[in-house]
Amino acid sequence: MPPVLELRGITKYFPGVLANDAIDLSVEKGKILALLGENGAGKTTLMNILYGLYKPDKGQIFINGEEVSIHDPSDAIARGIGMVHQHFMLIPVMTATENVMLGVEPIRNGIFLDKARVAKRILEISKQYDLEVDPQAYIGDLPVGAQQRVEIIKVLYRQADILILDEPTAVLTPQEVEGLFKVLRSLVANGKSVIFITHKLKEVLAIADTITVLRSGRVVGTVNAKDASQEKLASMMVGREVNLVVRKKPASPGAVVLSVKDLYVRDERKNLTVNGASFDVRAGEVMGVAGVQGNGQTELVYALTGLAPVVSGGISIMDKPVRHSSPRDILERGVAHIPEDRQRHGLILPFPVRDNLVLCTYYQPPFAKGLALQQKVIIEMAGKLVDQFDVRTPSVFVPVSTLSGGNQQKVIVAREFSRPIKLLIASQPTRGLDVGSIEYIHNRIIEKRDEGTAVLLVSPELDEIIALSDRIAVMYKGKIVDILPAAKVKKTFLGLLMAGVKPSEALQEAPATTQETEVERVF
Amino acid sequence: MNAKATQTNPEGSAQKEAPKSEGKRRQVPRFFQVLLVPALAILTGFIIGAIVIAVSNDAVIAAFQNFFHAPSAALAATWKAIATAYGALFSGSIGSFTEIYHGIQSYYATGDGKPFLLAIYPFTESLATVTPYILAGLAVAVGFKCGLFNIGAEGQFGIGALCSAFVGYSIHGLPWFIHLPLALLAGAAGGAIWGAIPGFLKGLTGAHEVVTTIMMNYISFRLSDWLLNGPMKATGYRPLTPVIEKSAMLPRFFPDPQRFNWGFILALAMAVFVYWFLFKTTIGFEIRSVGANPDGARYAGMNIVRNFVIAMTLSGALAGLAGTSQVLGIDHWVGQGFSAGYGFDSIAIALLGQSHPLGVVLAAFLWGTLRSGATRMQSLAGVPLEIISIIQGLVIVFVAAPAIIRWIYRIRAISTQTIVLTRGWGK
Repeated sequence: MPPVLELRGITKYFPGVLANDAIDLSVEKGKILALLGENGAGKTTLMNILYGLYKPDKGQIFINGEEVSIHDPSDAIARGIGMVHQHFMLIPVMTATENVMLGVEPIRNGIFLDKARVAKRILEISKQYDLEVDPQAYIGDLPVGAQQRVEIIKVLYRQADILILDEPTAVLTPQEVEGLFKVLRSLVANGKSVIFITHKLKEVLAIADTITVLRSGRVVGTVNAKDASQEKLASMMVGREVNLVVRKKPASPGAVVLSVKDLYVRDERKNLTVNGASFDVRAGEVMGVAGVQGNGQTELVYALTGLAPVVSGGISIMDKPVRHSSPRDILERGVAHIPEDRQRHGLILPFPVRDNLVLCTYYQPPFAKGLALQQKVIIEMAGKLVDQFDVRTPSVFVPVSTLSGGNQQKVIVAREFSRPIKLLIASQPTRGLDVGSIEYIHNRIIEKRDEGTAVLLVSPELDEIIALSDRIAVMYKGKIVDILPAAKVKKTFLGLLMAGVKPSEALQEAPATTQETEVERVF
Repeated sequence: MNAKATQTNPEGSAQKEAPKSEGKRRQVPRFFQVLLVPALAILTGFIIGAIVIAVSNDAVIAAFQNFFHAPSAALAATWKAIATAYGALFSGSIGSFTEIYHGIQSYYATGDGKPFLLAIYPFTESLATVTPYILAGLAVAVGFKCGLFNIGAEGQFGIGALCSAFVGYSIHGLPWFIHLPLALLAGAAGGAIWGAIPGFLKGLTGAHEVVTTIMMNYISFRLSDWLLNGPMKATGYRPLTPVIEKSAMLPRFFPDPQRFNWGFILALAMAVFVYWFLFKTTIGFEIRSVGANPDGARYAGMNIVRNFVIAMTLSGALAGLAGTSQVLGIDHWVGQGFSAGYGFDSIAIALLGQSHPLGVVLAAFLWGTLRSGATRMQSLAGVPLEIISIIQGLVIVFVAAPAIIRWIYRIRAISTQTIVLTRGWGK
């Protein structure tokens, strides 16, 4: 039997780059193929060709052994290809049913929309594939994981046999990832085929049958998931040996730099999301805040950096209270902030790299004399930082929006680390980055720690927290439920705390510590 | 609305592998790209304008009814109609080169400068028309740079004009070097206050500037109606202010009837100032940051409210100066409906000029010369004035929807930075 889908020699040029270079790839019926590669390796381009969004310059596409040409997404849908985009294409003010039928609305009695029929079909699909969704729910009220399920149902409703999922886990919590994997397994058990695009090694090994690795637009190799290891995949992706373990000396903590006492903060919808959190961070240590996303970590960081008002409680940095300080006051006390959403907070995307590098210091000498910006000084300093932090950019004059995610993050890191800082607040510093960039940013954070900076690391990636932290604070429903030394903490124990189990009860279910000394850092 | 939308690069970065030395080479095409769309928009506007001129011309229609017998005559009539109209537009706005040449000749032959001055009259008149357009266009552009859509330029223009006129006619006996700057300052201050109010409202309460500036326009219209019919009315029946003192007038370069005056130099100086302020100062950096990404600006410690107020104050001051330049340089008094049309024209100019001071000056030139040449076109070629409005309207449609231009001329879209005109309601 021929493979469900086969690509032969797909080549795609963009001005100045060869995005896909003679790519061969095949998907068997009822199997999951993982397309693995760093950001910029050409994964999304390839899938956009398959979905009819781009036209390949060379190459052939076969579906069930028959050569086809796909001109636009409706062609792709007609041939049973469905795509779940990384950023969902859903309308929040409509119900799940309305979103699913959008574009293929069934009509009853000539003019009326037949929502009931669609809702019935949704329930059938959701039963068959274990996709739990309320057809009547409004998209805006659903958590991200459920929204993704609606996207998948949308694709199945259009009778797709081959599902392409573009970085589906980037937006999910660990629990939601588990749920998604369950759905994928039931999809392939029912004879569907799945292409799973990602750069996360652990997920690939957990879910895929075969793995095709892309690097700079070429296929590096295709391996069976059974025969693959994380180290092997990582070096295939990056093209060199990758140090998967963060090597660091034991911390030598000094005086308390950041002290949080009984803090209460509201989120943008005015819900109290930080409910009496208390902890300290000392100079020269990394304090990791672990927790499932949405347990108040975001608002905690906003309050610490002056972006959200404090309802009650105390924050002091270097023994000075910061309760009603502006972001600039806090910045000037030597606080660096790597924000959770780099494109919303961390960068002014249309501005050139050079301006983004002075975003927090443009008004200080030597970058400004009085009102006048000192362009020469700024350009000179930007050039130095770009070299020093290995930002891959054609020049410091191009808009920062043209850089890849990893390089955008490096711009932020370069800017924040080039100031004299006492406290570093890093919120999901490696979100959406490739292995090479993650390694780089982790090493830089440890470097800062060793220089005596206090580091507060917030991340939903438990492995990242364990690898970098000296102490780990577990946050649940806006409170710090426990603070543990990181060196020997057991992951399962942390997982229980993150899920809301009380420390005393969690101890009975799993040991708190382990004898392993080195913890693997794997994504 | 969202900056993320501008990122459409395939799979992140095209430049990732590019060597660092390529940076300078890439700058040049980017510059041309910025000019390309407006230039083609203007060209296309004129081509469609030509079609409108041709099909609305009786001679052309008559010739085409006989097309199969004399096709060349029909084409010749078409050409003649278009050439006459655009020729008149050109000579009406720039002047005739032969007349200018003869003017220079006669000056050297007889020492009489009058024929020369007469020959350049259309051009100097255009420059006089351009002056308020430059200032008002700059006003809207400053707002755009901060992410604010200042629809209130018209009201600020009117208030500026009234303030400068009041200082101009009510104070007597001052030497010009005190009276003129005082009148200019009064005009700028009036506009600045009128602009700052929506800025404050936006910063403190979140009231959208589009709504508040429109409301401020209505207030200014009714306020000026009352002032011109009451406290500021000159003796007589018509709602006009008295003529301003000579000491408050912007000096003219040539004897009457040439109205070309120092206001033009002032406008160019303000363009240079706005460029310096936006691109070379820390405040300008903040204003542009707030305009491009308010969340990012706040993260970086910038005060959003303060920047809204500064940008709207400067915007209002520039619009006020536009009105002032018209009063002190051209009209010397203010009448009812004085500011009509300047508000929307200034938005058009800022759009066409891509909110860059140099672009605004060039766009204002186009606008002003078209407006001042239109009258001549009507009298010489019999082409209605409204053709100019059609061309201007088309140019703006094409600039605002560059996809049309890219489609017509098959230009590939590049990821130039998109200008944020204004942000949505609330957030």
